[in-house]
Amino acid sequence: MAAAASASRDDWPLALPLAALFIAFFVAPFVVLLSLSLQAEQAARAFSLAQYAKFFGDTFNLSILGSTVWLAVRATLVCMLFGYPIAWVCARAPARWQSLLVFVVVLPILTSVVVRTFAWIVILGREGIMNHALRGLGLVDQPVPLLFTETGVIVVLAQVQMPLMVLPLFATLSRLDPNLGDASSALGAGAWRTFFRVTLPLSTPGLVAGCILVFSACATAFVTQTLIGGARLVYMPLHIYQQAIGANNWPFAAAISIVFTIAVMIVIYALNRTGRASKAYGDHR
Amino acid sequence: MATIASEPVPLRPKGRPEGELRPLGGQRSGEAASVGGAHPRRQRTPWDLRSQQVIFGALTAVAVVFLVGPTIVVLLTSFTATESLRFPPQGYSLRWYRALLDADQMQAAAWNSLIVAVWTTLIAVVLGTVAALGIARSRSRFARAADVLFMSPLILPALAFGFAALVYIHRLGLHPSIPLLIVGHVIVCVPFVLRTTIAALAQVDPGLFDASASLGAGRLMTFRRVTLPIIGRGIAAGAFLAFMASFDNVPVSLFLADERTEVLPIHLWQQIDTNLDVRTAAISGVIIVVTIALMIVAERFAGLTRQLSR
Repeated sequence: MAAAASASRDDWPLALPLAALFIAFFVAPFVVLLSLSLQAEQAARAFSLAQYAKFFGDTFNLSILGSTVWLAVRATLVCMLFGYPIAWVCARAPARWQSLLVFVVVLPILTSVVVRTFAWIVILGREGIMNHALRGLGLVDQPVPLLFTETGVIVVLAQVQMPLMVLPLFATLSRLDPNLGDASSALGAGAWRTFFRVTLPLSTPGLVAGCILVFSACATAFVTQTLIGGARLVYMPLHIYQQAIGANNWPFAAAISIVFTIAVMIVIYALNRTGRASKAYGDHR
Repeated sequence: MATIASEPVPLRPKGRPEGELRPLGGQRSGEAASVGGAHPRRQRTPWDLRSQQVIFGALTAVAVVFLVGPTIVVLLTSFTATESLRFPPQGYSLRWYRALLDADQMQAAAWNSLIVAVWTTLIAVVLGTVAALGIARSRSRFARAADVLFMSPLILPALAFGFAALVYIHRLGLHPSIPLLIVGHVIVCVPFVLRTTIAALAQVDPGLFDASASLGAGRLMTFRRVTLPIIGRGIAAGAFLAFMASFDNVPVSLFLADERTEVLPIHLWQQIDTNLDVRTAAISGVIIVVTIALMIVAERFAGLTRQLSR
């Protein structure tokens, strides 16, 4: 065992080629982006916080940041509401059903995101299925606008990113020791009590991992946000794109990108802290 | 979440008949009831467990329809005989699939996407597997830092990275090109290979390496004859995910691809945004069918669903 440990300790240099690539093409670009955001103008090389002052001085920018985070939070909650039951059922299903369910869950995330979003345009459009169904049921007389609404974006984001919630949750739930549930019910706790006091707390690591993946995917989901949200609902990714490509204002686009990245990192950090607080309860990986 | 977790499970028996059941396993267990209390054993399922099964089952059923429905809608719509995207379609035909044969721009974009995805996958598999071997069992601080760094493209805004990459290559005096696009894709796709390969390596008994070494095998021989056969399925699953992620990538391609190097997702995104037509449904149908076919292959040869759920 000691020999194996020392042998594997020698192996870390194997990560060097990828680390070099990451430093050259991942870390360096972000450093350059940061330095660009600290320029007053494209040509000027002097240090300046003008771009950040411009961002935080305008409530328009702040409202875009706020609505992007709020959008991703709501989509994550919808993913949790439906994703948890799927993972729960998956973890209890017989092996053959398990594979089929995971297959069904994974299918949407492997199908191109443009295709998935396009599907929702067919469903939510003025002549789409939803409007036909609503009129067929006599609930509305006129087609209701569903596309280009915030609710529409949340629904589509939830469908598109749901697998990211289900997979880590399923992995955690299927590793749970079934004896714990038996012990809980033997001690007289009902099914719901066992769920809320035993299963749910023990699955927190999977839940946190799922929330982190879904939140960041929803916040940066450019295709879904632009195609379902339309031109009037502007979120941070479109804001960056418009400033960088449309307005050709690279220093400002750089500042928006940095603010956006840091905002996402703060939420992820907070989620991680929540996960660690509950870890003492028993992450037995 | 933290408050629920920090409280201990109460140890007070309630003597309710739920004690008879195993909510986690969903099976009956006679012995448990005797601990539960002195109440006579009742054989019916308590409302508690029943309501849980009904609610979770119903939410799962809704979610499955929600997950699969849109795919089926697109597939059916793509066979429409009319010019509109109405669902259900009025009459079926293959005319929009035939129209794809003349869509030169779309074909060029699809070809570019395929080239980029193949190269991205090859590079990501080689670098990712080697790096996974390095960090999977290493306890060094470098390895742990590298692990965090290599996984960060999955959670940091990919669009910010795409723009950063554009700014960066401009600083270097370069222009967007296919090789640079591939490098950008490798960064965002390599985490998939790393994840599945590290998970596969975690299942390998380290004793096997010692056994191989003590029998006189060199490190390369041990890798080829011992390690690779065990982790091969993990690598294959990662390769499949990396390929799909590259083929589907928008945030990086948005900045690193230009008119000459346009890739399929960007082409489709622009087409949907400007003039939506039924050919989009047809190419979507092709993408869906190819995806399902590749998934079945990946399931068969790499045990995809098992690799993804651990």
